[in-house]
Amino acid sequence: MWDPSRADRYPLRRREIVEHLIKDMDDLLIVAGLGAPAWDTTAAGDRDLIYPLWGAMGGTAMIGLGLALAQPNRRVLVITGDGDMLMGLGSLATIALQGPANLSIVVLDNERYGETGMQATHTAGPADLAAVAHACGFEQAATLYDEEEFDRATPTILEGEGPLFFAIKVRAEEPPLVLPPRDGAHLKDRFRMALLGPGQGVNPAV
Amino acid sequence: MIESPPAWPNDIYASLKALGVRQLPYVPDAGHTRLIEMCLNDNEMRAVPLTTEEEGVAMLAGSWLGGQRGALLMQSSGIGNCVNMFSTIRVGRYPLLTLITMRGQWGEANPWQLPMGRNAAAILKLSGFQVLDLDAADMAAETVAAGGRTAFEANQMVAVLISQRLIGSKAFTPAEDG
Repeated sequence: MWDPSRADRYPLRRREIVEHLIKDMDDLLIVAGLGAPAWDTTAAGDRDLIYPLWGAMGGTAMIGLGLALAQPNRRVLVITGDGDMLMGLGSLATIALQGPANLSIVVLDNERYGETGMQATHTAGPADLAAVAHACGFEQAATLYDEEEFDRATPTILEGEGPLFFAIKVRAEEPPLVLPPRDGAHLKDRFRMALLGPGQGVNPAV
Repeated sequence: MIESPPAWPNDIYASLKALGVRQLPYVPDAGHTRLIEMCLNDNEMRAVPLTTEEEGVAMLAGSWLGGQRGALLMQSSGIGNCVNMFSTIRVGRYPLLTLITMRGQWGEANPWQLPMGRNAAAILKLSGFQVLDLDAADMAAETVAAGGRTAFEANQMVAVLISQRLIGSKAFTPAEDG
């Protein structure tokens, strides 16, 4: 029931998945969960409209909700890990109730806590994140296991009517670290200035 | 005995409107009942029920990233649920306005509410908040307005603690006595 080794054999690779989703998609508003998802988005090309987290475990999807409600005409893509999503399962109920049409949540599910030594998470056992999301009210929630399924789902992730939830089973591996800037205020201010205008940094005029 | 409802929730609502607050994540509290109702009925506001208070902290980081002001409504017992997520706000120098109805304070009859109630202000201060006490109804509007100005214009974390003395303490009356 708890098989910490099966993710060693999953065919999908996290870096390729993330690059495929976000490379050259410069209009996306991206929130990347702490640890490997943040390194993955940075490896695909650090940019102002990616907000990578170095903490806030359990909160990534909710940051995405606040952003999606504030920017209903922009696609918001949350890319996070299974550990972060497990810590914020309740947020799936909160998000589904609001039903943001422009929000997509992608969980790179390697069934491990990657930053602490690759210990197995609950998704290496019976926990099924897509089933939780569906039960919370996400009409579109699925688990993707191979390239064919991922390719078929990609247009939906990027353009489909949300809220959308995809758990993508990726190989348990540790690609080289590619680190985004660490200063939280810098990351926030560069995002706001890129999205809202050059006057929207530390001392906004609004 | 029928008492007319107090006006301070309306005053807080008016202050939030004047501040341009658009996102209102909340975990319900009896003391926030009327304010939550007003926000839910306001088409310009998005009142969002949470499963736990820390969701609202993260959500308001997202709302600010997207250019909208927000405020988190909760009771004092929720403060403890938020502590790690407050770090995100502090390290990002985000504004955060939270309006907290106090339990475990004036006339509290539930001992389980006492620890968080007694520690509320200290935990908030340790987490980086300016703490404003609201214990007189006629100060509600200006306290929220002042807290909001500091939060949104000076990028600060501000908590308004609404006294249990203002809200009234909850009575626990067993059925056989009632």
